[in-house]
Amino acid sequence: MSEAKHDFALIGRPLPKVDAWAKVTGETRYADDLVLPRMAHAKLLRSPHPHARIRRIDTTRARALPGVFAVITGQDLPPVKFGILPVSQDEEALCRDRVRMVGDAVAAVAAIDEETAEQATELIDVDYEVLPALMSIEDSLAHPEVRIHEYGDGPNVHKVVGLQFGDVEAALAGADLVREDVFFYEGNTHLPMEQHAAVAQWGADGKLTLWSSTQTPHYVHRLLAKILDVPAAHIRVIATPVGGGFGGKLDPFAHEIAACKLSQLTGRPVKITLTREEVFYVHRGRHPVLMWMKTGFTRTGDITGCHLKTWLDGGAYGSYGVASVFYTGVVNPVTYKIPAYRFEGARIFTNKPPCGPKRGHGTPQPRFALECQLDKAAEQLGLDPAEMRRRIVAEPFTKTANHLTITTIGLEECIDKVVDASGWRGKWRGWGGGGTSRERGGLEGTGTAGARKRGIGLACSAYMTGAGTAIYWNSMPHSGVVLRADRSGGVAILCGATDIGQGSDSILAYLPAEILGLLPKDVHVHPADTTLTPVDLGSYSSRVTLMCGMAAIQAAERLKRVIAEAVAQKLGVAPDQLVFRERKVGVPDDWDKALPFATAVELGEARHGVLAFPGSYAPPRRAGKYKGGGVGPSPCYSYSACVVELTVDEDTGEIDLHDVWIAHDVGRALNPLLVEGQVEGSVYMGIGEALMEAQVFRKGLHKQPSMLEYKSPTTLETPEIHTILVETDDPEGPFGAKEAGQGPLLPVIPAIVNAVYDAIGVRIDEIPVAPEKILKGLELKRKGQPPRVGPERIPLFTFKAPIVVESAFGQPADAVARRPFADENER
Amino acid sequence: MLSAGEFRDPARRPPKTRLGLTINGEACEVLVPVHKTLLEVLREDLGLTGTKHGCELGECGTCTVLVDGVPVLSCLALPVELPGRAITTVEGMARAGELHPLQEAFAELGAAQCGYCTPGILLTAQALLDEMPSPTRQQIKDALAGNLCRCTGYTKILDAVELAALRSGARR
Repeated sequence: MSEAKHDFALIGRPLPKVDAWAKVTGETRYADDLVLPRMAHAKLLRSPHPHARIRRIDTTRARALPGVFAVITGQDLPPVKFGILPVSQDEEALCRDRVRMVGDAVAAVAAIDEETAEQATELIDVDYEVLPALMSIEDSLAHPEVRIHEYGDGPNVHKVVGLQFGDVEAALAGADLVREDVFFYEGNTHLPMEQHAAVAQWGADGKLTLWSSTQTPHYVHRLLAKILDVPAAHIRVIATPVGGGFGGKLDPFAHEIAACKLSQLTGRPVKITLTREEVFYVHRGRHPVLMWMKTGFTRTGDITGCHLKTWLDGGAYGSYGVASVFYTGVVNPVTYKIPAYRFEGARIFTNKPPCGPKRGHGTPQPRFALECQLDKAAEQLGLDPAEMRRRIVAEPFTKTANHLTITTIGLEECIDKVVDASGWRGKWRGWGGGGTSRERGGLEGTGTAGARKRGIGLACSAYMTGAGTAIYWNSMPHSGVVLRADRSGGVAILCGATDIGQGSDSILAYLPAEILGLLPKDVHVHPADTTLTPVDLGSYSSRVTLMCGMAAIQAAERLKRVIAEAVAQKLGVAPDQLVFRERKVGVPDDWDKALPFATAVELGEARHGVLAFPGSYAPPRRAGKYKGGGVGPSPCYSYSACVVELTVDEDTGEIDLHDVWIAHDVGRALNPLLVEGQVEGSVYMGIGEALMEAQVFRKGLHKQPSMLEYKSPTTLETPEIHTILVETDDPEGPFGAKEAGQGPLLPVIPAIVNAVYDAIGVRIDEIPVAPEKILKGLELKRKGQPPRVGPERIPLFTFKAPIVVESAFGQPADAVARRPFADENER
Repeated sequence: MLSAGEFRDPARRPPKTRLGLTINGEACEVLVPVHKTLLEVLREDLGLTGTKHGCELGECGTCTVLVDGVPVLSCLALPVELPGRAITTVEGMARAGELHPLQEAFAELGAAQCGYCTPGILLTAQALLDEMPSPTRQQIKDALAGNLCRCTGYTKILDAVELAALRSGARR
């Protein structure tokens, strides 16, 4: 496959992004940069209580304030609840009767300027009856009499999942070593640099346009129709360039809905921009998850079976939570050979901002558990953790126990690459600070208390390249494009994909340009616009490069065929003799006669009429035939291996990261520069989660709703990141490409934790690894107690009997994946 | 002196002040309330939306501009204090249609992903290179430590500043 690389003109080259110049000059117009004539400014009034009944809202004083155009409450909106998932319709844009978290919106104001709008919100009188607040999983389970929602799988239990594949008890009974561990992963938030913003314009014709910094204009479009009770055909959602998403801009939000309604009432465009504090309340970030994992191993390190239980602290609303519960269990089996698998998960409501999808959606938590447990097992079995993992990597083109189809796997190569690049063999256990069996030594210190101890750790991971099923059940394309060309020689691609910085606009230019022999600059990429661009489901689950890419390739091939037929007629050759390159179309042996691309298009337009071609993509239908089998399938999975080298200061508990080596199987790097950028950003975000980031609460209030208090890594905390790309040329991906935007985050967290153990011999089973946890572990070690810091117990919670399904482990993948909408000749 | 409550009353708000500012080498005049921040005046009164905001509390570095060549958080700066001072925003980095070497390098190396923090980082880096034409990687890290970026892991940003410094050095 690496030879094939030379056949490409653009693919595999480190090209600048198509929007790079706009972004370095300040030209890019984000949502808050938009200004329309007569535009009003809006603000939301949010609840100061984590849980309260609304007795009365009086807006009289606010309405009387000069400069105020409109004040609305929940009474002004249709009385429907909504939510991103059809099964969790539990949100209100403006709460009518009850608030369930600090930050729930209860009223909105439109005014002449932001300052007046803000002042008006302070003049709204809300009479609250404060209710008991449930601020943790244990609280919510212990107080069934306080119900946050009336629906769900039990009092304050949003969703319970139980699945079993194969006889896990027998698998564990037959193991040489069975480990049972409990882990906790604290919640954290996306913290995009851009605060959410939207501009709504409800025209005099009764049609609504919303510009919004959203990752999913299509879902916002669908839900606005429901929430506002307006036909979807009369709503237009335009996604502005998103200033960072990471999953935080994937739900329809109160501010978008309020802006629309206020625009209707005032007859003016209405802009609303959240403050940074509000962004912390909007949240939808990483779920805090408590995990219990029991895994059986043979002497040689093979996994015989695994049983995982997870408890998710979901916050006040459903959001993507049902999917999140599944994701804490279903993706782990695609990495290693796990013949039998049982997973039970429960998502609990609490009076906190709702959790949802953040980069890696639901999978970093169980990945942390699995990779740390593997490290412990390797030590007990006397195995090198890198070697042990390498031996148990899942087989390509097989199915997992839970019926997921794996295609290519580059994980062994990834492990080899990071082991070599990091000097793993010479370093692991080489500094003598860690496990009980080691000699004490130390590099920077001398093994005495208070020394700076160096350590190295390794972990691996896998991630989906796009969810195999949509959020709502349908048989339509997941991604569509229209590619048009005309006599100008220009090509335009219309696609509902949203560029959130990951470079989807660039991919949409590169792929048609590659096929048509153009430069990326020749392809105009239109921003997502639900009126003009075919539906793409959104920038989530690492689906865009693969799904939009496949659709773009299909459309480009169709356009190419029509142009080639016309040129062939003109030149008196067969269409398949023609090549498209260097903005020309011709026969390679007779290149002097090659026609300029614009001329070729003219011929095509004259022969065919308007040149506009659709491309459609939907993933192969591979959902397991059991309830819940729709979560987890993906066209293909990416793989990563990571090694971290660090120093732990035994006096302060502080961790200095030195180097991160990460190898990522991306299938094919369509643009290695952009892939590296995704990998580096993922590593960075993983470091933040591992060491410092935490969305935590005290007495019902967010403890640190500001960028100063919510710690995230700066240039000084971010180590050198060495990225190695591995290519496996996956048959499911566009030119073989798999995802890169999320998977590389996953192994970073356990690699850090395993490196801490290598350095000081303390197991930290709880994220983030704050200095006080290091110090506590060292203290335990000095006292001769088990040097482990982490959760001590699991909730009193009885899972219902799981759905029992036969394990599909090791079965061959379907030889030909049936992909809807594919052309006959597509690979 | 006005109380906070009175200050918020539109009828009691302080009168607007006429200010002459020099922005990107151009003299301009604005009529703004004295409490309006430089960030707000740039974006709302002058249409210079290249300057972004991440917190409006002086915590993230996103809104950085240069005042007499020194990085300043525009969300904490008051224009009323800045007449006669040379204010540079991202729109002023390119000269006569030619991009600043930092802009070239950021575009080329993929140092801007979502691009939202990019203007503030470019200007902070420009101030660094003006003062220190060949900084070490650590010096670049130190200079940019007040500018948060959530996309890039800073790697490509540091690479791009190094590349720009190298090219500027070669040109001198």
